[in-house]
Amino acid sequence: MSSAELVAGILWLALTAYAVLAGADFGGGVWDLFASGPRAHEQRSAIAEAMGPVWEANHVWLIFMITGLFTAFPTTFGVLGLALYLPFTIAMAGIVLRGASFAFRAHAADVVGPLSTWGVVFGVASLVTPFFLGTAAAAVASGAIHAPNGQLASSFLDGWTTPLAVVIGLFALSICAYLAATYLMVENEHRPDLLADFRRRAIAAAFASGFFALLAVGISLFNGTRLLESLTGRGLPLFVLALLNGPLALWAVWRSRPHIARFAVAGQVVLVLWAWAFGQWPYLVPPDLTISATAAPPATLTAMLVVLTIGGLLLLPSLWLLFRVFKARNPQARA
Amino acid sequence: MDNTTLARATMGTSLGFHIVFAVLGVGLPLLMCVAEGLALRRHDQAWMVLARRWSKAFGILFAVGAVSGTVLSFELGLLWPRFMAFSGGIFGLPFSAEGFAFFIEAIFLGMYLYGWDRLTPLQHWLTSIPIALSGAASSVFVVMANAWMNSPAGFQLGPDGKLAHVDPLAAALNPSTATEDPHMLVSAYVVTGFLVAAVYAAGMLRGRNDIFHRRGLAMGMAMGGIAIVLAGITGDTSARFIYEAQPTKFAAMEGVYKTQRGAPITIGGIPSDSQHRVIYGIEIPKALSFLATFDPNAEVKGLDSVPPADRPNPVLVHLSFDGMVGLGTFIGLLALAFWLLAIRRRSVPTRRLLMWGLVLAGPASVGAMEAGWFVTEFGRQPWIVYGVMRTSEAATTAPALGLTFAIFIAIYAGLAFTTARLLLMLAARTRKTDAATLRVVSPDE
Repeated sequence: MSSAELVAGILWLALTAYAVLAGADFGGGVWDLFASGPRAHEQRSAIAEAMGPVWEANHVWLIFMITGLFTAFPTTFGVLGLALYLPFTIAMAGIVLRGASFAFRAHAADVVGPLSTWGVVFGVASLVTPFFLGTAAAAVASGAIHAPNGQLASSFLDGWTTPLAVVIGLFALSICAYLAATYLMVENEHRPDLLADFRRRAIAAAFASGFFALLAVGISLFNGTRLLESLTGRGLPLFVLALLNGPLALWAVWRSRPHIARFAVAGQVVLVLWAWAFGQWPYLVPPDLTISATAAPPATLTAMLVVLTIGGLLLLPSLWLLFRVFKARNPQARA
Repeated sequence: MDNTTLARATMGTSLGFHIVFAVLGVGLPLLMCVAEGLALRRHDQAWMVLARRWSKAFGILFAVGAVSGTVLSFELGLLWPRFMAFSGGIFGLPFSAEGFAFFIEAIFLGMYLYGWDRLTPLQHWLTSIPIALSGAASSVFVVMANAWMNSPAGFQLGPDGKLAHVDPLAAALNPSTATEDPHMLVSAYVVTGFLVAAVYAAGMLRGRNDIFHRRGLAMGMAMGGIAIVLAGITGDTSARFIYEAQPTKFAAMEGVYKTQRGAPITIGGIPSDSQHRVIYGIEIPKALSFLATFDPNAEVKGLDSVPPADRPNPVLVHLSFDGMVGLGTFIGLLALAFWLLAIRRRSVPTRRLLMWGLVLAGPASVGAMEAGWFVTEFGRQPWIVYGVMRTSEAATTAPALGLTFAIFIAIYAGLAFTTARLLLMLAARTRKTDAATLRVVSPDE
């Protein structure tokens, strides 16, 4: 394995961490927006409590990925910045508004109140961001971004405005909601009423994400984009696993097994992302930008691996501590 | 407007907005760490009350800083794709390191903000240390990348104009890093210190001379007072380095049009491109040559040393530079007056005139910092990478830049307004409960 491939693999791990962790935070925003029934207020509190201590750390995976991408694969970063200017700009606005509105509510709760304008902003931004990140992912995965010799040749609308991209955007959104609902089931095991609320939401999100996933495959079959090649090529084993894991996750939600459900749904996200990664190997952005051809010079990659190692040694124990303090079974949380 | 102008406007607005929150992310954790440490060591609840109040405000400020920083990392690619395609592999390393520093800050801040009931008091205090350290480290790493744009190093171009050889460590430790980094770091403490002092000075003016206000004011002035001295020293070193490394930026800062020996310094005034001199300024003969080199007859390169297309805008750069120095001097003198009075009277000064000055010093410190960045950024133009790549070559060709600029202006305005409003509301609520809190933590008052 070359050092460029190693760095690419680490960046894909960061993307995976962002999807599994921050994805659930976006999903939390979705359920905040759609909080309903007699326990709407409790649902919102449970979401705020679950997100509060961790969302900023979860968010940093994105920054880590961006800086890593422009250091290790500067050409690819330049092309993506141009080709996906519009969806990224919209997602960026969503990220700003989501984070700020959450903090406004969390740290000034007694003066703002959960139903203020910023509460709505929080929900809507949580909806918009994963959708547009999903359409951007679709543009890459479907091979619509053309950049022979590192110069963008396709247009600013190519790839992310297709029906396939819309479906993948909706898939990203619904799987974020699915993740959040199962995490919230785990965090509210001790509250049967809330557990039931989030179970119902998880089931709805499961059907939605399953529907959009199959629809995406269907559209790919019909118009034969690169995505299908990826999933039936090198990505096939992981794709098959995802097809088997999907029903397992649904079963766990249905039978109200929060821990299995959380694991299975997060696993589903991992399988989909890595099926995509292996499927388009050795391309970062098919059909023109490969890992090796767009990598930074070897000295940069070596230095980056050193920084990643040192940084990782500081980061991983810190993250472990954070999740231990707030996500381990806490007797106070039952009060 | 063309794309280059719009991209610059968008990037500049984003940076100017973000940096206010970023410097508070560097300075406030240190204040919280010290206050909480004092509370634990002296078993003094009044210090703890201060730390908790600051942490409440910091929760909002840090979040806005974090998300506006994310915008910047996106915008590097969205607005300057060709710059990043060229530079990413050279100067990306400090950004990656900054990513880790930011991670550590966010992780421990999560524990700090939400861990009051889950951690022991000592554990809780310990979480503030990595926040303060990684906040400072973030600033150091990010400014390394900016320093590289001022004095690009650590790479060679082949005959085809493509990157031939890269030494990322040499790029990170480029010549400007040694002067620019310390100056920015201490400026972060200047701004935090004076903003905190301004808040408590405003309270003093409303007659709220209690233990929280005296301590808050003293803490802010201690941080700001020490840092403003260091800012003066590092700023002076920085200016002399720029004289050597970026003569056109230096010429624009000082409004020097013609290369000359024994150059005068011009304080204030407006550089006039048609008259090739600064009009309405105060001239001190030979002072510039002396300040730059300690030799009153040394040569100072003027704007005429490069073709017109390679010159920065001297009006913007000179006025920004004098603005920074002027505001910095103003707040430095206030800090001096404050501490002289404090030492003489052995108590925290409360004179109304001084308090009014300190209320102004908060925004003045922000103004000085923004003006300093104007000098750095406008002074480097027309280059994005000094002498290597022009800003106009780097900008995106994407459509609708004007629209996204307008949208982001609106978002920033909304965030600034709400942040200010919420902080004021939090302060107003504190005011209501102050008397009760005081009776608990400090019955002697």
